[in-house]
Amino acid sequence: MSRAHLSIRRLVALGGLLIAVGAVGYVLWAEYAAPAMRQAARGQTVPVQRDSTPETIQRGAYLARLGNCMQCHTSRGGPAYGGGAPLTTPFGTVYSSNLTPDPATGLGGWTPENFWRALHHGERPDGTVLSPAFPYTSFTRIDRADADALFAYLQTLPPVTASRPAHQLRWPLGSQTALNAWRLLHFSPADTSIDTHQPESVSSPPSARRGAYLVQGLGHCAECHTPRNALGGLRSSAAWSGAVLPDGQWYAPALNDAGEAGLSAWATEDIATLLTRGQHGTAFVSGPMAEVVRNSTQYLSPDDARSVALYLQTLNNGATASSAGETRTSSPAYPAGARIYDNQCAQCHGKQGEGQDDAYPALAGNRAVRMANTNNLVLAVLHGGYGPSTPAKPQPFGMPPYQLTLSDADLASVLSHIRTSWGNQAAPVTEFDINKIRNAPTR
Amino acid sequence: MRASLTLLKRGAFTALFSWCALGAIAVPTSASAFDNSMAERTRACTACHGEQGRAGPDGYYPRLAGKPAGYLYHQLQNFQQGRRQYSLMQGLIAPLSDEYLRAMAEHFASLHIPYPPPAAATATKDVLAKGKALVLEGDKARQIPACAQCHGSALTGVSPAIPGLLGLPRDYLNAQLGGWQTGLRKAHAPDCMAAIAKRLSDEDVNAVSQWLSSQPVPANATPATTLPARPAGSLALPECGSAP
Repeated sequence: MSRAHLSIRRLVALGGLLIAVGAVGYVLWAEYAAPAMRQAARGQTVPVQRDSTPETIQRGAYLARLGNCMQCHTSRGGPAYGGGAPLTTPFGTVYSSNLTPDPATGLGGWTPENFWRALHHGERPDGTVLSPAFPYTSFTRIDRADADALFAYLQTLPPVTASRPAHQLRWPLGSQTALNAWRLLHFSPADTSIDTHQPESVSSPPSARRGAYLVQGLGHCAECHTPRNALGGLRSSAAWSGAVLPDGQWYAPALNDAGEAGLSAWATEDIATLLTRGQHGTAFVSGPMAEVVRNSTQYLSPDDARSVALYLQTLNNGATASSAGETRTSSPAYPAGARIYDNQCAQCHGKQGEGQDDAYPALAGNRAVRMANTNNLVLAVLHGGYGPSTPAKPQPFGMPPYQLTLSDADLASVLSHIRTSWGNQAAPVTEFDINKIRNAPTR
Repeated sequence: MRASLTLLKRGAFTALFSWCALGAIAVPTSASAFDNSMAERTRACTACHGEQGRAGPDGYYPRLAGKPAGYLYHQLQNFQQGRRQYSLMQGLIAPLSDEYLRAMAEHFASLHIPYPPPAAATATKDVLAKGKALVLEGDKARQIPACAQCHGSALTGVSPAIPGLLGLPRDYLNAQLGGWQTGLRKAHAPDCMAAIAKRLSDEDVNAVSQWLSSQPVPANATPATTLPARPAGSLALPECGSAP
């Protein structure tokens, strides 16, 4: 009896020891051996003839716009592509790196191969792996020709001497041990050799295939529009179904749901217009998407805009948009909200929520008003905002902030009124919905 | 007859729109005629800064109307690029182009509307006298140039980029000078105002803001077109990135 008990204890102890040795071994591998192994595995790469013709550089500049590289890799008011901009995540704050060709602090000493390994494999030249805050989970789909063009363009930037501030991540999240474990679960390099996704010639017609390449790769749209699991990995099983951004505020609406921002029922031209102009019909981009249009999608070539549109049309979860209900003519369900609406909102958005063509969005039948997640609605009213300046719409109209003039109760009642009037049939907004946004820490 | 009436209407509308576009006066909007003007486009500004940018009700949202266009444009850029901190302003104008910001600045600069009478000072005669002396003469011993040396002898600013100092609430003046002292507010480098503000003591700031905020704004005050002549033997002025 006691001998058997003893041997079980020994077995448990032995098992524990094995696990501990395994864990220590894994940590040693991830921290020290793996980077060297990755470097060695690359072997002797033949130096690539650098392609830096004006055409390639120009194409790289265009691709850098589509990838919106500058938005994350430029600090507020800092030199372009100099890095140092903070990105707040649930795991801590990470800072973007310097993409200018400064030899000491930027990409000055990099080769096209180094740049390709960063985009495609998420690795630094020394073999250590990058934080997935740099979205190589998407960029791995970029093909070699495009990666080389991007690199050729970045190498023409004026060099900026600026070291990246150290990430502020909770231990051990920034360690190679944690990053390697994360990659085992959430990342494998894409096979870009299957087909190039490039138009075969300048006269190739726009295609959903090219659109998928741009949306899933360089555009890295899924990084916001696909939800993440508790470890911050993209949930591919729920692709495009919408997600709250890492700051806990703005909601990137579902791109596959006709009740949110799904575009399967839209005309190709209209989608292209929304992405390049920032507004089409009742759809007005706002918040982070306004910045994406301002810095990136407004530069889409007409053909690429059509390709992106053709691909976005294919995203469809099969749900149908709830059609507008009957227009209620009886007394409003939220009389206090109706009074606030008439005094503060109706002058621009219309007495019946009909909006003002091209200037102020209609609220009747507007998907952004009726979505289940009310974060964007609350943010729009609390903080106000402008749409993006684009060549087709250089001077957009603006929404005043109401943060200082309307209480949580006022806002809840006016938004509840808007969500239940003129055919809108959405759940009311509570004071709690307002308060959690109003009192969230600012970026 | 009907055709000519329609033409007449169209002409009237065109005239109305172009008049509004000049930003000369705000025409009340009606349901039928949408006011496609800069006044309409800057509703998000006037919600806090008061109708036509005449200043907010609480003394903290400063007047925009009639300030030099270059100054207003620089402030919009300063907010957008993080040299001035106010998250509501920064978020509001984040996706706007330089050209649009410039057009907004020019719109408010073109509005000349009367100023309200100044608030009464709450300081002693001595403090006010000290404030007046600092504003108009400076303090050579402490390397503090007179405010009037750059902001104009009438203190109504100098086009295109130096703002006037009259018609501003005392709280706002205190907050700005304090912001410059601590580095919270910055201007284009080299930041002359930061250099000067850091030479002021708390008593200096109070004296200056007490005196400035209690002065009436002269009727038809407009920014001067040139800097005042520098008196012989006065301090050399620091370099200004915002008003070279």
